[in-house]
Amino acid sequence: MSYVYLYALLGVGLFVLGLNALIVHAHLMRKILAVNVMSTGVFLVLVALSSRNEGILPDPVPHAMVITGIVVSVSATALALILMLKLNRATGKNELPDRSRD
Amino acid sequence: MNFPTGAGTDHCKRMKLLPMELILGEVPWIVVLIILPLTGGMACFLFPTISKSLGLLTSLAVISCVWGLGWQLEEDGAQRYAIGGWGAPLGIDLYADGLSLVMVAVAALVGLGISVYSSSYFRRDKANHFWPLWLFLCGALNALFLSSDIFNLYVTLELLGLTAVALVALADGSEALTSAMRYLLINLMGSLFYLLGVAFLYHSFGSLDIAILAQRVEPSPAVWAAVGLISAGLLLKTALFPMHFWLPAAHASAPAPVSALLSALVVKASFYILLRMWLEIFPIVGISFAQLLGLLGSAAVLWGGIQALRQTRLKLLVAYSTVSQLGYLFLAFPLGMSIAWKGALYMLLSHAVAKAAMFMAAGNILAAGGHDRIADLSSITQRLPLTLTAFSLAGISIMGLPPSGGFIAKWLLLEASIQSGQWWWGAILLLGGLLAAAYVFRVVSHVFTQAEATHEAREVPARMEWTALVLALVVIFLGVFASWPLAMMEIGSPFGGGS
Amino acid sequence: MDRNRWLLPLLLMLFVGLGYAVLSIPEPVEGLPKMLVDNMELGGVSNPVTAVLLNFRGYDTLLEMGVLLVALLGVWSLGGMPDYHESSPGLVLDIMSRQLVPVLIIVAGYLLWVGADAPGGAFQAGALLGAAGVLLLLCGWRIGNKCSGLPLRILIVLGLGMFVMAGTGLLLIEGEFLQYPPPVASELILIIEAAATLSIGTTLAAMFLGSRPGEADK
Repeated sequence: MSYVYLYALLGVGLFVLGLNALIVHAHLMRKILAVNVMSTGVFLVLVALSSRNEGILPDPVPHAMVITGIVVSVSATALALILMLKLNRATGKNELPDRSRD
Repeated sequence: MNFPTGAGTDHCKRMKLLPMELILGEVPWIVVLIILPLTGGMACFLFPTISKSLGLLTSLAVISCVWGLGWQLEEDGAQRYAIGGWGAPLGIDLYADGLSLVMVAVAALVGLGISVYSSSYFRRDKANHFWPLWLFLCGALNALFLSSDIFNLYVTLELLGLTAVALVALADGSEALTSAMRYLLINLMGSLFYLLGVAFLYHSFGSLDIAILAQRVEPSPAVWAAVGLISAGLLLKTALFPMHFWLPAAHASAPAPVSALLSALVVKASFYILLRMWLEIFPIVGISFAQLLGLLGSAAVLWGGIQALRQTRLKLLVAYSTVSQLGYLFLAFPLGMSIAWKGALYMLLSHAVAKAAMFMAAGNILAAGGHDRIADLSSITQRLPLTLTAFSLAGISIMGLPPSGGFIAKWLLLEASIQSGQWWWGAILLLGGLLAAAYVFRVVSHVFTQAEATHEAREVPARMEWTALVLALVVIFLGVFASWPLAMMEIGSPFGGGS
Repeated sequence: MDRNRWLLPLLLMLFVGLGYAVLSIPEPVEGLPKMLVDNMELGGVSNPVTAVLLNFRGYDTLLEMGVLLVALLGVWSLGGMPDYHESSPGLVLDIMSRQLVPVLIIVAGYLLWVGADAPGGAFQAGALLGAAGVLLLLCGWRIGNKCSGLPLRILIVLGLGMFVMAGTGLLLIEGEFLQYPPPVASELILIIEAAATLSIGTTLAAMFLGSRPGEADK
């Protein structure tokens, strides 16, 4: 029973770690990876908590949600990667320019 | 668009239904509204040679579907539709009431304008990419406004976000790519916050349906976390101050029709979800969070207005004006009464139409002169009288002067702030109006200064000028015929009864 | 750097708060899972995850096929990478992909079929097909010019198209959008899944290629 919550906590940890990386790192590849780590964290929370009840089959709805989420995340990553390559071609850099304080 | 008013009161009418009305009543418009643009998008993708006509046709058809849905709601009140016949919590429900109807209607109306404008804006090669993406965005918007399931809302948000990013990137150049990239990362981050909140809500209460959650929800740490996560994610996507930093660049660097649809419709989608959640699931949250949203909204009104005044480029000015106008929407949260919600919704409606017209006007100016530096506008704008008229008319609504939709909205919000004794929100409304007047006049004044034509202006298609003007006229009509949209909002009483 | 000093304590607070919230989530309510079990008979497939994905919450999956398609549209609208130089695959990759691709296709078919009553299904199968496509692309294989136009687009749109067509057809026959009649539910689900598998595989491979086939040469 309790180990399920351990996985869920791990998921929250991944979410926060990913968020940290997304904010701290400038390189776009790292940012894209950070978003993926964040989404993995969310998926872990969803799946882990679905088997809280011992003895009963895990709730399939979160599993289906995670599969949907993975496909969405793959699509978004593909778009992000091609944008990064294009940006690298246009500016020669793999970073977003520092936004001027507005 | 014509709307049979007062038909619902006549009970005898059911007896002698005309065949036409029978069809209108039987077709599940709520589903058609979602499938139709998606099918149109697929058709545009398959047959790029006729994508322009397919796109225009779909936009027209969507308008008539909205009319059908409005007719049904008028007759029978709010509507719930169980997809697959399962019904919540097992399946996914669609739900339409006055709030959804207004959102779908404004999306259809502005959407038609954007379709007409785009049909002469894009060159062949860009148009092939634009039309399928735009129709998918339409479908995503309708699906979002009509969904009653919080996970389904996540999927529609992602569909919306990815199409929007791809559309921003349609503009050439590194500036557009940079803002598309930033926009994508912000979108993904916001969605993930939202999804984690959804996970908490689902595991706490065992349902994803908004109506069922509204019954089951009770205060607990997990709900507090979910409220925080969902609000943070959606506020980021709605670009509420101080999370607005990504918006001006993204909205200003996109192609003109895309800027129009981003400012008019896309940011409103995440606001709509927040509003829905707030009205249905979050009433337990209490007053302090609402005050915080009101404060941030006020800051957005002032900050956006000041920044708009300082911009040197027209599209950036219009984009910062969006930041400012979005702030008004959040003034309704601390007021929290029916009339305030209606005011916010009216603000949303009129801002959508007015800002679409403004961005189109800016697009025309950019197309004619090749630049949009405000200081050198005189020579261009004097050759585009229709465009300048459109910009000024839309500006009236942005300032909140009568007769315009913006005026009605501010009037309602002002009334709410006096009724609830929180007059300071009313002061924000007036200050925001003054700032808006200042930045609108900065642009309009250029028509009065003499300037010699320094360079050849390019021809702007008449269709693009007229579309901007018609949308600007619509927003004036919204100020004159306010009772009808306000009655539309009442269906299913989404804001609760009473005052 | 100044900004980052505040970041760590903030994120730690976020972690503690969210962690506490996770631990405080109560025991699951006996609602939805039980309803699922009761309705599994009508769902047409015995794997509960597939039943949720394709039947009970099939509409989510429909929109998600739309997300996949839109991502590809976005990738194509950005144009290709013209100086994407192709190196020859090398002996190992060449031989390995010759062996692997047929196996991948067979396993994808198996996963698609077995998804009805065991872990598997359209997305897993589609991912394998996509992997096979990526291997082929790495070896320098390109789709022929004859097929790179409309046939390819049809293949890509097939998953979403089949879903929408089935949904609309059922709306006309059964009265509700996506309402599968229980006797033929499993067949309908298999058809939709097969179409989705093909589309997912093709879309993933096309995303890997980046540019619209036939466009980069011009």
